[in-house]
Amino acid sequence: MSDWLPQVASTYGPRIDNLFYIVLYLTGGSFIITEALLLYFAVRYRYRPDRRAHYTHGNSTLEVVWTIVPAVVLVILTVMSKSAWDEVKHTWPESDVNLVITASQFNWEVRYPGADGKPDTADDVILNNEMHVPVGKPIRIQLRSKDVIHSFFLPNMRLKQDAVPGLTIPVWFEATRTGDFEIACAELCGFGHYTMHGVLTVHSLEEYKTWLEEAMKSAAPAPDAAASEGPA
Amino acid sequence: MSHAAAATHDHAAAHDHGPTSFWTKYIFSQDHKIIGIQFMLMSFLFMILGGFLAMMVRWQLAYPDSAVPMASLFPKGVLEEGHITPPVYNQLFTMHGTIMIFFVIIPMLTGAFGNYLIPLMIGARDMAFPKLNMLSYWVFIPAGIIMLYSFFVPQGPAAAGWTNYPPLSYDPQWTGVGKGQTLWLVALLISGTSSIMGSLNYITTIVNMRAPGMSFFRLPLSIWALFVTAILQMMATPVLASALGMLLLDKTLGTHFFAPTGGGQVILWQHVFWFYSHPAVYIMILPAMGFASDVIATFARKPIFGYKAMAYSMMGIAGLGFIVWGHHMFQSGMNPTLGTAFMMSTMLIAVPSAIKTFNWLGTIWRGNIQFTTAMLNGLAFVAMFIIGGLSGIFMANAPVDLYIHDTYFIVAHLHYVLFGGSMFGIFAAVYYWFPKMFGRRMNEAVGKIHFTLTFIFYNMTFFPMHFIGAGGMMRRIYDPTQYEFLKKWQPMNVFISHSAFMLGASQLIFMALFVYSMFKGKKADRNPWHANSLEWVADSPPPHGNFDQIPTVHRGPYEYSSPETKEDYYPQNAPSALPAGAPARVH
Repeated sequence: MSDWLPQVASTYGPRIDNLFYIVLYLTGGSFIITEALLLYFAVRYRYRPDRRAHYTHGNSTLEVVWTIVPAVVLVILTVMSKSAWDEVKHTWPESDVNLVITASQFNWEVRYPGADGKPDTADDVILNNEMHVPVGKPIRIQLRSKDVIHSFFLPNMRLKQDAVPGLTIPVWFEATRTGDFEIACAELCGFGHYTMHGVLTVHSLEEYKTWLEEAMKSAAPAPDAAASEGPA
Repeated sequence: MSHAAAATHDHAAAHDHGPTSFWTKYIFSQDHKIIGIQFMLMSFLFMILGGFLAMMVRWQLAYPDSAVPMASLFPKGVLEEGHITPPVYNQLFTMHGTIMIFFVIIPMLTGAFGNYLIPLMIGARDMAFPKLNMLSYWVFIPAGIIMLYSFFVPQGPAAAGWTNYPPLSYDPQWTGVGKGQTLWLVALLISGTSSIMGSLNYITTIVNMRAPGMSFFRLPLSIWALFVTAILQMMATPVLASALGMLLLDKTLGTHFFAPTGGGQVILWQHVFWFYSHPAVYIMILPAMGFASDVIATFARKPIFGYKAMAYSMMGIAGLGFIVWGHHMFQSGMNPTLGTAFMMSTMLIAVPSAIKTFNWLGTIWRGNIQFTTAMLNGLAFVAMFIIGGLSGIFMANAPVDLYIHDTYFIVAHLHYVLFGGSMFGIFAAVYYWFPKMFGRRMNEAVGKIHFTLTFIFYNMTFFPMHFIGAGGMMRRIYDPTQYEFLKKWQPMNVFISHSAFMLGASQLIFMALFVYSMFKGKKADRNPWHANSLEWVADSPPPHGNFDQIPTVHRGPYEYSSPETKEDYYPQNAPSALPAGAPARVH
């Protein structure tokens, strides 16, 4: 069961996975109990010509119990889930890694501010469908779209956020392990939807620094050239 | 004597306006029963198309690199060297969803059964507005024709998903589809108009035309369900219409409701669309819940457990249904503070569903269950709705939804509700009311074969989708094998597709049985299932005007195995079986 979800590699990922499994056990338990009762009643009370069904219109106590119990369980579940939601959506941790990702048909443009520290300037490092981040550091992303709605999906990070034209949407994650992971688009964005496929490489901090220095060196003179060099 | 005279008069009244020519009787009919059957047959035709599109989708997902079998049979230009192309793939699932939702499930539940059952079950001769009723069908037809026509315009039909999110749906440069996308909007606007007409008629009829003694709490749950559904439909459909209208203006007259370049809001569409489409989900399940309740009570030979709780929970679902739409938008870019509120309301809507499930279980508990085909489908409805309902809790949970949103987990969930729920409900209703509709029986043995195959292949098709969804496989992708992390699920995709083909093939049995039984089935008498509600009082099939005389209602519809009677059923219109003066025990 634990290998259903792809390997988790972000700080809040395990919290989301835990909630997934809590819901799974909760619904799995309810599933087994209700389906078992259904099956048992169906077999136990199957038609017998000499039997008469029990004449009853219900039971108010039972009715109250099976209204209140699920309601309480679901409210508790909501309250439990709220903090995970807040962590993902309502925090914006301080970070040295601030990226701008712009989606378009059918490409993820990943932009690192250059030496001036500001995005959208001439010295930006621009990659396409390729993203490099350090492990153990919060990564802040401003997500934009040029044309239609896309959805920035990092399965291993448990991150999914629509990129909406006209809006800049902040998202963040912090990777907990190094390696290559996949970037996908989760919102139908046209005929090339399935090709919006990229690679996220999580480096150790030193590796990342080296990579960034190299990238900035080659980006500085001709940012447009760097953009077209990215693997499509 | 006066009673007999009234009856004669009534009888005459029932027949004196019956149409005689073929055209007025079967085509431009104002008879709710004919209109219901018209909706039903049309929905079945659309179901063949919708099912076929699904088979194509499954072929592509299982064998992304292989040519479609019998490719030469397809019209020119649809396939490229026998292969489904990415743009065509998008059209396939877009039109599959659109057709199944708007042209199969909704018209089947509300158009077909709503029309057929409401007057009969409340003891009326027809709908309140028969002409409006006819109009609602004949407005629906052009909607269907336009939707079909869109397959034949250049670049083909819509390809932006059944949710039709702008800007993708907005500008032909994004989808590669021109007119098809516009026709989609026009067709749905028209079919929405038909829905609004129908729902007004249903509400008016149920409120005003119940037989003497038929109080609201003596209505069968099918009628309660159709009543609540009609209210939902009347309130939600105009909102969809406004969304469609705005997008149509954007597309044709250059307004900018949804275009960010002109100051529009992309997410506005999602709010307005889901404000309709979430209630629409309940439009697609509530009537099936009602039908399943009637079928289950009848064949368990027991009163519905917690009748009032069943009615109230449907109202609860309808009410809450209007404040949960945001759960489709947890990652849309909507203000995240709203996420918590929508998570809470969505969790709570599971409560009335749970109540209903427990009450169905309570209904079969200590029953005397007859496993007719209708009952098997009714029980399957409950069993599958449990799964669809429970899997909904995953996506109600906002943080979990962040991960599973737009994956096959959602596809699994929605098919458990719409196929496992609505379709098994529809099958139960068809097998149950067929003798009334056509005066003939469907063969039980063949029906059970159809049920068994459907049940098995249905689960083999949709249950594994939970796994590949949890594995992260996105919806609406043309080729999952492009992704490393999805490679391990490909054998399961193949398995799912094979199951889907078998599921599709199993429906041929149903179609054959349905058509055969219409003409050649064994003759049915008035009340073949020994059921209580008023439709079984009428002849099979009921004549124009339904009843020989309007029945008087003495009790609720679920008095099965009542101690007052020797028989295990007690029709709503039967005079009291107790000696005069004895205290009645019925509710």
